[in-house]
Amino acid sequence: MADFSLWVITSNLLLATRWTIALSLVAFVSGGAVGLLLLLARMSASGALRRFVSLYVEFFQGTPLLMQLFMLCFGAALFGVEISPWMAASLALTFWTSAFLTEIWRGCVESVPKGQWEAGSSVALTYVEQMRYVILPQALRIAVPPTVGFSVQVIKGTALASIIGFVELSRAGAMINNATFRPFLVYSITGLIYFALCYPLSLLAKSLERRLNAAG
Amino acid sequence: MIYKLQFADLLPYWDVLARGFVFTVALTVVSTMAGVLVGTLGACARTFGPRWLAGLLGAYVELIRNTPFLVQLFFVYFGLPAAGLKLTETQAAFIAMTINLGAYSTEIIRAGSEATPKGVIEAGVSLAMTRLQVLRHVVLKPAFQKVWPALASQIIIVMLGSSVVSQISAEDLTYAANFIQSRNFRAFESYFVVALAYLLLAVLTRAILRALGSRLFPKA
Repeated sequence: MADFSLWVITSNLLLATRWTIALSLVAFVSGGAVGLLLLLARMSASGALRRFVSLYVEFFQGTPLLMQLFMLCFGAALFGVEISPWMAASLALTFWTSAFLTEIWRGCVESVPKGQWEAGSSVALTYVEQMRYVILPQALRIAVPPTVGFSVQVIKGTALASIIGFVELSRAGAMINNATFRPFLVYSITGLIYFALCYPLSLLAKSLERRLNAAG
Repeated sequence: MIYKLQFADLLPYWDVLARGFVFTVALTVVSTMAGVLVGTLGACARTFGPRWLAGLLGAYVELIRNTPFLVQLFFVYFGLPAAGLKLTETQAAFIAMTINLGAYSTEIIRAGSEATPKGVIEAGVSLAMTRLQVLRHVVLKPAFQKVWPALASQIIIVMLGSSVVSQISAEDLTYAANFIQSRNFRAFESYFVVALAYLLLAVLTRAILRALGSRLFPKA
């Protein structure tokens, strides 16, 4: 049997990290887009839409991401659709991410003082114009730090895709462990790679938040 | 092709589900208590302890907060035995969850205790309170009051995250779902019912923690 040097283990884990990054990006970008739509629905005048969004958020925040992944995998099969682990993971992470982001952003929009809306309507701006020129620019500034902070949760969330068979960093770690029987080493390196991905984002979120508080 | 959902096929397995439910609840309760204890000690040590200890705890908190729970669990279950510490699935799950919640709650409780004004602590000391009394009544109690909602959310996140302990064959709710669907092939129904069970648990946990919070740390 081949000898697995530290370098072989690390380089293989780093190769698999590409898929963790790709999945995180897809989940974050599409989750953000869906989250924005949900936010608009949540802020709309329609009671039915608002109720739908709060049920959606309750469901995706109140159930484990792992269950969501399983349900998506097997739910798609019920309709006779073959769904690849990559598709299932992307979709489930998109739903999950959108539920959290829409809730974070709602808090940001609601933290803009009511007077700003009233000022907007008193100069005859329409609802869309108030949103576009008055509320969102201010809400956006508040929203950046927690959004960056949540991206760390998304990266960590992608580890669960390994359970439904998508080969990313965690799955690669498990596979390499099965070949090398050096779990202590393999999972240490796996953990450190995740740390290298997440820690800069955590620091960025923290410093953005500090800057916002200093400015505000 | 239209598929008919068959929830009735789950009924023969109600005892498996019930056992999984009890396991998840017990695991959550025990590791929540241990985790919050670790967090309380950690927060105190980080605020009042020597610098090297504070630094060490800071590294622990950041390391845990920036890696996935799944990897932490695998490290404990597969990695530690290689280093000479044998663990059962349940022990590994408990240790991993405690370490995880311990890190988050250290950070959360510290945020509350650091906000304690110096003057209040001095006031406590000047009333001839012992160090422990000051810590308990002057620092920790108001800190918990402030951060209880954040702590409660984190406990729920850890409870939901515990579904991955099924991956090391700890027999929790998710394990029950896996077991049932491997027997009756009703995969979607099994996972759907178990997801609803988690949702119920999350709602219940939130309600219980809120009641507990207003009981233990009443707003003055």
